[in-house]
Amino acid sequence: MSESTLTLLRDVTHWRTGERITLAVEDGVVVPAPRRPGAHARVFEGRGAVVAPGLVDLHVHLREPGQAAKESIETGTRAAAAGGFTSIACMPNTDPIVDTPAWVEWVRRRGEAAAHCNVLPIAAVTVGQKGEQLAPLEALARAGAVAFSDDGRPVTSAAMMRRALEYAKPTGLPIVCHEEDPTLKGDGVMHEGFTATRLGLRGIPAAAESVMCRRDADLAELTGGRVHFAHLSTSASFDALRDAKRRGLRVTGETCPHYWVLTDEAVGDYDTHAKMNPPLRSEADRAACIAAIADGTIDCFATDHAPHTADEKARPFTDAPFGIVGLETALALTLTHLVHPGHLSMTRALELWTDAPRYCFGLPPVSVEAGSPADLVIFDPEAEWTVDPEAFHSKGRNTPFAGWRLKGRVLATLLHGTFTHVAAGVHFERPAAAAAAAR
Amino acid sequence: MTSDTVAAVPTPPGAGIFSTSETPLGTATVPGDLGAPARSVGAPAAADPRHFLGLEGLSRATLLTLLADAAREREWLKLGEPNRRDLAGLTVVLAFIEDSTRTRTSFEIAAQRLGANTVVFASAASSLNKGETLLDTVRLFEAMGAGLVVVRHPSSGAPAWLARQLGSIGVLNAGDGMHEHPTQGLLDLLTLHDAWQGRFEGRRLAIVGDIAHSRVARSAIAGLTTLGCRVTVCGPGTLIPAEVEELGCDVDTTLEDALAGADGVMALRLQRERMETGLLPTIAEYARLWGLTPERVALLAPDGVVLHPGPVNRGVEMAHEVADGPRSRIFDQVANGVAVRCCVLRRCAQALRRPHGFTVSVAAPR
Repeated sequence: MSESTLTLLRDVTHWRTGERITLAVEDGVVVPAPRRPGAHARVFEGRGAVVAPGLVDLHVHLREPGQAAKESIETGTRAAAAGGFTSIACMPNTDPIVDTPAWVEWVRRRGEAAAHCNVLPIAAVTVGQKGEQLAPLEALARAGAVAFSDDGRPVTSAAMMRRALEYAKPTGLPIVCHEEDPTLKGDGVMHEGFTATRLGLRGIPAAAESVMCRRDADLAELTGGRVHFAHLSTSASFDALRDAKRRGLRVTGETCPHYWVLTDEAVGDYDTHAKMNPPLRSEADRAACIAAIADGTIDCFATDHAPHTADEKARPFTDAPFGIVGLETALALTLTHLVHPGHLSMTRALELWTDAPRYCFGLPPVSVEAGSPADLVIFDPEAEWTVDPEAFHSKGRNTPFAGWRLKGRVLATLLHGTFTHVAAGVHFERPAAAAAAAR
Repeated sequence: MTSDTVAAVPTPPGAGIFSTSETPLGTATVPGDLGAPARSVGAPAAADPRHFLGLEGLSRATLLTLLADAAREREWLKLGEPNRRDLAGLTVVLAFIEDSTRTRTSFEIAAQRLGANTVVFASAASSLNKGETLLDTVRLFEAMGAGLVVVRHPSSGAPAWLARQLGSIGVLNAGDGMHEHPTQGLLDLLTLHDAWQGRFEGRRLAIVGDIAHSRVARSAIAGLTTLGCRVTVCGPGTLIPAEVEELGCDVDTTLEDALAGADGVMALRLQRERMETGLLPTIAEYARLWGLTPERVALLAPDGVVLHPGPVNRGVEMAHEVADGPRSRIFDQVANGVAVRCCVLRRCAQALRRPHGFTVSVAAPR
């Protein structure tokens, strides 16, 4: 299949208008649908499936360089394609830390070579993410970094955060903040509340996150810098973001599917698949999360896809690493737990996975109209399926959703007009061949 | 060829989900049979009678049976007869990944009194902190034919985790992190059972001190509330864990309030580490506010008793006069420890049902 082959996406539902349309893709871009397609056109019968711009995830741990036992750029981006993503931003807390232009370049090229989705490297804010010395932010931006983050840990020093915001300003790139006061977190391994008390596990109070959100909002005001809150999980953090917007600050924030689906009760009997940072919070926080999504406080969604090996997650709870995978369940969790119950319209939910994250990182918007790059996702919002971690393309099987029944399934993903994922059971038709067979 | 066309499901998307008007917020109930599968967490290891992992979740009937069995073991132990042969052929591994001479010795004596062989495996947590090495080691003992492993571990949930990983061996929790210390809990119940003439309903126990870090407190709260006894916890605010009332106990802000009219008080051991990590200013202040003095103990009901899991920091958690006073049941607790551990070892061994070799005499001692 050469690049110039015309691909027709027939009888698909436009994600904004809800109209049944036929979409044509040629040479990597969306083109006007021809009246009489040539015999060599490849046809994807949508049967009403929804077509939308490819999803964007601003928060992925691809684990390379250095931690390929957990995930590689190849497997992580393949998982992204399976989840309907065409662009993902990856975090620099690898081994070594991505804090030099050479490593940014390396990650970008590995992503291009894998060719499953656009890989947008995020570079460290401070050298080695140690919080002591600024990384070369300008050079990192020129090498292709789309944002800066010490994710995995906060920038503990307020003075260092101030300098980073000031210094990063000319680049126009946001600083993605993992908000957590390390002294309040202490040795905590889950949300501080009844479940932690019952299990005798050290708690992480909700305030560990929100106090840092408040601090960084104030620093955004002081410096005029661009702050993006990563993976918000608590009611007070949503309030901090709401308040920052009311004050007209250049602050945005994301949340993740597990914060609107699960609570700390999911830890149950020391289930390490419910251990992540920030931790699953209380029922009140979960409700506040849905409210913050519905009222527009939350700017975009992200997965915080954090793969670990089965051995690491098989350790006792306290010793197991934080994090769960998310790329291959994100869209279905959005549809099942936000759209189908009526908290959010389908269009708005898709915006939060497409235009909204692009806006947060200053990336150009993508549409499904003629002339736009053919980075697309096609999904059936009604199809039910059961989450089977063994079927994941990611190396990570660490999901709390194993065995869950979800509604909404990705059928195909296109990157620059090429199919990067086609779900099992989905086939193509060539009109010429079909016509020949009919004769 | 038509069968090769796209297998996308023909259902048209519901008109409702494309509308831009958001429906008001409700609880996120999932339609139909969507969502999580039926929950299995917690059930498998905890419900398996081969294991003894905690008092939480044990029924009132089970607890009363355990207490009756433990009381019988105690009668037999008092007779001073030679060791029994009931568990002959059973090897019990005592894996102590955190030092505890008292608990280890108590388990060792109990196992030997029943005729089991004991192997002590002690190691500092630092050399085993990832858990894998402990699992590997216990698997070795399992391969060598050990039937039960008694685990003391600094990490909450470690025994339950081991129980899930292991095939044929039974796991007994001898204290895991800040979670549970169920044999201590059971010996506390037995001590109170004696002091209260077997009646838990309508009674109230005050627990004083470092609730947050105490596995002894969690086991006691679980056991006592199941048996119908009220529990009041009190201590410095920094040592009371979040939402502790949801465990089924009350919280009092002063020791005097907690003690007034209570049928017993359990003082918890205070670790010096709490001062070093900034949770408490000084030991002297703790002793002044939370130490049991003869005057304070007089606030208890007339037959109220004093418990402590030991070892007592005299002059801190309680005065000499209280530790050695008429209300103190501290040495009864220690004696009851062996009986309780006999009872629990026997219970787990009976559940092993091994196809070859080791067989257990199911006849309980008279």
